[in-house]
Amino acid sequence: MESLLEQYAHVVGNDVIDHLRQLAYPLKGMKILHINSTKEGGGVAEILNRLVPLKKELGIDAQWEIITGNRDFYQCTKKMHNALQGNQESISDYLLKTYEETNHENYERLASRLKEADLVFIHDPQPAPLLRFCNDKKGKWIWRCHIDVSHPYRPVWKYIREFIKDYNASIWSLSTFVQPLNHPLYLIPPSIDPLSEKNIDLPEKEISDFLQTWNIKKDIPIITQVSRFDRFKDPIGVIQCYRLVKNYVPVQLVLAGGGASDDPEGQQVLDEVRAFAGDDPDIHILELPPDAHRTINALQRASDIIIQKSIKEGFGLTVTEGLWKGKPVIGGDTGGIRLQVMNHHCGFRVNSPEGAALRIRYLLRHPDIMEAMGKNAHTFVLENFLITRHLREYLTLIVALLYGSEETIELTLPVHE
Amino acid sequence: MGLEFNIKDCALIAIATGEKAQNLRELNNSLKIVPAGCLYFHFWGGLLRPDYDDPEFQNDFAIWASRYLRNPKLAEQLSLIDPNAYKNIEELRQEVIEIIEQRLYESEHVPWVRTGQEFHFIRSQIVIFDTGVWIKQPEEFIDKIPNMSLGSIFYHFIDSRRRTAESKNDFSIWLTKEFYEEYAQLVYQLDNIDPYFTTLSELRKNINEAFQKYIDKGA
Repeated sequence: MESLLEQYAHVVGNDVIDHLRQLAYPLKGMKILHINSTKEGGGVAEILNRLVPLKKELGIDAQWEIITGNRDFYQCTKKMHNALQGNQESISDYLLKTYEETNHENYERLASRLKEADLVFIHDPQPAPLLRFCNDKKGKWIWRCHIDVSHPYRPVWKYIREFIKDYNASIWSLSTFVQPLNHPLYLIPPSIDPLSEKNIDLPEKEISDFLQTWNIKKDIPIITQVSRFDRFKDPIGVIQCYRLVKNYVPVQLVLAGGGASDDPEGQQVLDEVRAFAGDDPDIHILELPPDAHRTINALQRASDIIIQKSIKEGFGLTVTEGLWKGKPVIGGDTGGIRLQVMNHHCGFRVNSPEGAALRIRYLLRHPDIMEAMGKNAHTFVLENFLITRHLREYLTLIVALLYGSEETIELTLPVHE
Repeated sequence: MGLEFNIKDCALIAIATGEKAQNLRELNNSLKIVPAGCLYFHFWGGLLRPDYDDPEFQNDFAIWASRYLRNPKLAEQLSLIDPNAYKNIEELRQEVIEIIEQRLYESEHVPWVRTGQEFHFIRSQIVIFDTGVWIKQPEEFIDKIPNMSLGSIFYHFIDSRRRTAESKNDFSIWLTKEFYEEYAQLVYQLDNIDPYFTTLSELRKNINEAFQKYIDKGA
């Protein structure tokens, strides 16, 4: 049976995999611990699901743990998430106390592993206070921010910054998301996994079976937005856009959302979306479990155009997934989507439901352009947004953190396998 | 027998400096104080990271001038700066500043961008490692170059220009030092590959073609 790395070599080439092996050589045996707040649902869990086994295969002792909490904890962290993305959320002292106490409880559970790790990666604000409790840490701690913190609600950012400032470094998806801190601010855009259930090639039959199951017509263009039901993803705006297109061209809209276990607001937004969609038979709202990866894959492949009309977005993995499947993407002109959708090359960036409608009509009217954009899209992801690039940057960062702060770090050790 | 050619590899990681500019004057002021590594990153870093905007412009300053400042004349002038033409980063920095100052002098107002479209200064760290591969004779490159990583190409063909006294690619320097005039024609071909208006994969192809052609001819 082929190793994971060998499987990736088929997609990205042997040179890329050799490069990873050599970069990882000085890190062999190192204990690396990743901590986040959910094992399933959401982009962070998806990335860790593959990054951790890949690091292991490269000889690194990589582990992944989650912190857990009660409803109040998740309510607090959801409010934090919204506030960091710019919403004016006031968080009660009671919730903040719960947040800190929950982190303390989780620290007690994970203490020995946190203390002995050579490197600890803390993902997003949920587990950020863990460092405060770890008085006798051995390794370096890095805070990985997956969200757009370019214009945070200041009182909440000030509160969280107190936990973040003592980390050895932080990682951000884009330079525009960065908040000033007195440690190195590394930039690493996220990625997708071409071998995951969500992205592997599927047989045609599976795709048509999917359409049949959900009563989606094959012969009418399909526009799809896949994302959790969250106001920042603007699902209402997507329905408005669909209605503007439908005045001119027959079209179907699929809104597919998986819930993440750390998002208590999802049901409320989903109810609003259902009410707004009414009984239009060409709007399909698919409420999918967090592990419906293959279904989402089939849906994206069956679609003609992928839309991600977010008004705030850290890095929409669904955008990159759509591009990888050779689909043009209409994305909101915000956050990480600016990095992902090369305007006019593999899709369009838009600022309103009207803008999205206009671009969709244009693409449906020009199937040749749609096809060319789809090809560009696939190549763009292959070269820039696959997990192998992500892993390479993690490894580079680790070497950089361990071996010095100079602009050029020359490893003297020959890296023979 | 002289020195063998040691194939190295490198990987780059970007680091935000926190320095940003919302108008052309701020860009100019920041350019005077940011670390030299920022100039390096914004001119060369594009080769080792996602190329996600305006492929027609060749450096990040030109892309920002075009896309956000909406100042095509400035974008064209900045894009034409060839970083290879300067002895060091400080001279390159001076050239960028001069072009911007001239544009500021000609403008009736200071061109600015909306919030969220600022220019963010980024520097980088490069990790260099030894691949353990040594080349004794130029002919051996024929098998090696197609399998070299893009990091190796960057290191030996781009980074070498700031690292070496000759400000040239490592292949040419080695061929000249070890074989004198014997490979002068190949050195000439390699020196004439323009590393600026291309991608690393294209560069790898061009370098390989140069070796292939020369060796085939010799055979």
